[in-house]
Amino acid sequence: MNKQMNDSGNLTARTKTHTIRLGFWTGTWVLSTAVAAFGPKFLWNFNTSLSIVGVLIHLGIGFGMILANKRYLNAVDELMRKIQLEAMALTLGVGLVVGMSYELLEDIKLISFEPEISHLIMLMGFTYVIGIILGNRRYQ
Amino acid sequence: MKNRLKVLRAERDWTQAKLAEELDVSRQTINAIETGKFDPSLPLAFKAARLFEMLIEDIFQDKVDS
Repeated sequence: MNKQMNDSGNLTARTKTHTIRLGFWTGTWVLSTAVAAFGPKFLWNFNTSLSIVGVLIHLGIGFGMILANKRYLNAVDELMRKIQLEAMALTLGVGLVVGMSYELLEDIKLISFEPEISHLIMLMGFTYVIGIILGNRRYQ
Repeated sequence: MKNRLKVLRAERDWTQAKLAEELDVSRQTINAIETGKFDPSLPLAFKAARLFEMLIEDIFQDKVDS
């Protein structure tokens, strides 16, 4: 049977617990991104060993966030899981398609600046939020 | 897929929230199932059948059958 049904606590408590955990991991990951990005310049003067440690910690926390997201998806009820997965699928598709076109723009000299990964992350975040809103409206 | 959840719930004078609590899902899920916007998983359908002490096919029917 579904693992969700074997989890302790009712749906509301379970969802709250896993949302808080996911929020914690996401916040920590964002913080570790900032440390790995700005630490070499402002904290340890480009010491190679410390930079490698910073990136490894960033990666480790990132995998923790992925695991927390997977557990969150298992904890929510099946309609919310469907809404979340559809929003994630939309985000992945938009990220891949627009990301590739964006990268091409610079390769074929249609734009003069270099595409930034941060632009893609912002687009994916925006797409995910839109996907969640549309999903919730569809099943209202 | 058609279903009789709304009728069965009304017979027991249960709210959507009460049924949602019994089935450990959200009220939004119950509403989406009742209005035919969302088909429940097999485990959830079995759970509903156990709750109402009925067979799954007495609660949920394929639209092709009608």
